[in-house]
Amino acid sequence: MNAPLFRFLAAFLFLFGSFALGQGDAPVIKIVSSLPRTGSARGQTDTIVNGIVMAIEEAGSKVGNFAIKYEDLDDATAAAGQWTAEKEAANADQAIKDPDVMVYIGTYNSGAAKVSMPKLNQAGLLMVSPANTWPGLTKPGKGDQGEPQKYQPSGKINYTRVVPADDIQGVVSADWAKKLGLLKVFILDDREVYGKGIADLFHARADEIGLKVLGHEGIDAQAQEFKPLMTKIKAGGPQLIYFGGTTQTKAGQLVKDMLAVGLDAKFMCPDGCFEDAFIESAGADNLQDRALVTFGGLPPEKLTGKGADFVANYQKKFGKMPEGYAVYGYECGKVALEAIRRANKKDRDAVRAGGLSIKNFDKGALGKWSFDKNGDTTLRTMSGNTVKGGKFAFMAVLGED
Amino acid sequence: MLIFLQQLINGLTTGTLFALIAIGYTMVYGIIELINFAHGDLFMLGAFLALTIVSALGLEHMGPAGATGGIVLTFVLCMAFCALLNFLQDRIIYRPIRNAPKLTPLVSAIGVSFVFMGIGQIWKGVADINFPDVIPNKNLLGTDSLRFTAKDLLVILVTTPLMAGLTVFVRFTKLGKAMRATAQNPTAARLMGIDVDRVIGWTFAIGGLLAGAASVIYGLTINTVSFQMGYQNGLYAFTAAVLGGIGNLPGAMLGGIVIGLVRSLGSQYVGEQWTSALVFAILILLLVFRPSGLLGTRTREKV
Repeated sequence: MNAPLFRFLAAFLFLFGSFALGQGDAPVIKIVSSLPRTGSARGQTDTIVNGIVMAIEEAGSKVGNFAIKYEDLDDATAAAGQWTAEKEAANADQAIKDPDVMVYIGTYNSGAAKVSMPKLNQAGLLMVSPANTWPGLTKPGKGDQGEPQKYQPSGKINYTRVVPADDIQGVVSADWAKKLGLLKVFILDDREVYGKGIADLFHARADEIGLKVLGHEGIDAQAQEFKPLMTKIKAGGPQLIYFGGTTQTKAGQLVKDMLAVGLDAKFMCPDGCFEDAFIESAGADNLQDRALVTFGGLPPEKLTGKGADFVANYQKKFGKMPEGYAVYGYECGKVALEAIRRANKKDRDAVRAGGLSIKNFDKGALGKWSFDKNGDTTLRTMSGNTVKGGKFAFMAVLGED
Repeated sequence: MLIFLQQLINGLTTGTLFALIAIGYTMVYGIIELINFAHGDLFMLGAFLALTIVSALGLEHMGPAGATGGIVLTFVLCMAFCALLNFLQDRIIYRPIRNAPKLTPLVSAIGVSFVFMGIGQIWKGVADINFPDVIPNKNLLGTDSLRFTAKDLLVILVTTPLMAGLTVFVRFTKLGKAMRATAQNPTAARLMGIDVDRVIGWTFAIGGLLAGAASVIYGLTINTVSFQMGYQNGLYAFTAAVLGGIGNLPGAMLGGIVIGLVRSLGSQYVGEQWTSALVFAILILLLVFRPSGLLGTRTREKV
């Protein structure tokens, strides 16, 4: 027999065979995640990946007849030190091309989600984000012009997230500032989707509840120091500096330069700074009782019920406390498995529909919640934290009144 | 008015830092017409060494006397390290290709820059690292409305003598004279019995020396180091060198200070997010009307 004919026959037999036998030898379903695994977000994404791995291992790496495989993709480059659009797009393409991939866990940065969402939507692949908080990704009218429709070219919704979005975080941050008596505030942002988005929401709420906004400026996240900026801010005598940004966009340097010019104010920033890397880059002493960091959900040590079990198991398995986002990684893993269970077949659209149909879900560590029609979680609990002795310390539950 | 003065201080301190690095670019360009792209990354490696030394000695927990001694030691070691590394870079990489077309050393310099960045990445990782706060933020002036801190003083105390010393060195010593001769015409210098390769080696060493000093100052005053700091600061320093007239020593110093001032005053009166744009806009305008830079001599015959 000549070789081409043999190959053709072999392929034919293989195809025919798989039709005939159905799901004989445990078919594989892949879950991939796309997170910044290089750069200073590494510590945070390590714990997210640990959370995902835990969720899959607890299920015995299978759902029904399907063997579950997990692949950990990196959307950051060492040169950039954070996520890049090219890498995120490549990850999305890779996932789409691999017929075994049924769930895409990601992204970490809202800007990255903007890149991969339209691609994955076209492919009908379910996305579950552990950390995106830009409201425009899901909520009509809460983001920019044309959002979120431009991420949904197929007309169907494929994107979900297990964290509360910033329309909640920005608002409760401003409320918290008022409650703490910090009435004169200067607002900074890093001019990225996430940072500017949340800073604008904070600004709007601050105006609404009568905080005095002394100014609002964007910084150049590539700059090395901000003493001139802080000198200018100091002249207005703010009690609080609100920074819409992340550890990667120089939150630490801002704190240092604030102190360097002798500006003694509090420094509030959103969940993008709720990671040990922020404390390391800013210096623990500089943040002591000065940093006010909001976070969607409760910090690990405040979780109860299944959440507390998760924290205990995590510590047992990895030998340290999970960082803030670990529990969301775990929840994403649980959601991915539940979506596959509900679909009960290896079909992207069925898995997508399965994921979005999740209601009153309590198999994870966050308590009972549902996805609403936009793919957002119904959870609204946020926490306010400060830094004591080089560690985040819980201060208050926010947004429940 | 006080704010204006404060921003002048801010601008001058960062500006002199840029100037120190810019000198390394401009000296090397002046003598062999090579834009040594690796210079910024050399500065980064110096800062990493400074961080290693400062953490190893635990300087932030020491008293003033111990800290001062430690800082002096750090300066000496980092300056020596950068000088040696820059010298070796020339000896191993640029000297063998001295007579190759101009593009060859230029591309090699970009390569060296990547190698240095790679070393930095392996050495300290990719995240921003906090540099221990050895020098206090204490204001040395009596009033709180104008601040001149111990950190600002350190910058002035170190950079001024270095720049003055360099100027004297280049103008009045035999080696300085040889450098100027080599810069003017290497062939003629060689005919006059100057060991051109040795002079070039010294030029690299001196450029490295200043970058080493700048790296320690940077760590002690900015308090954050990362493997990318070489790229960012190198870009500004290179711009400073061009602004002042590349190849011209006082020009590099002036260029650095101008950039520092544009950044601080721009942040105060225009807006923080426009500072980088402002620096380069001024550069472009200047080059349109004065292509040789602020102090550069009008197109030399060999260019």
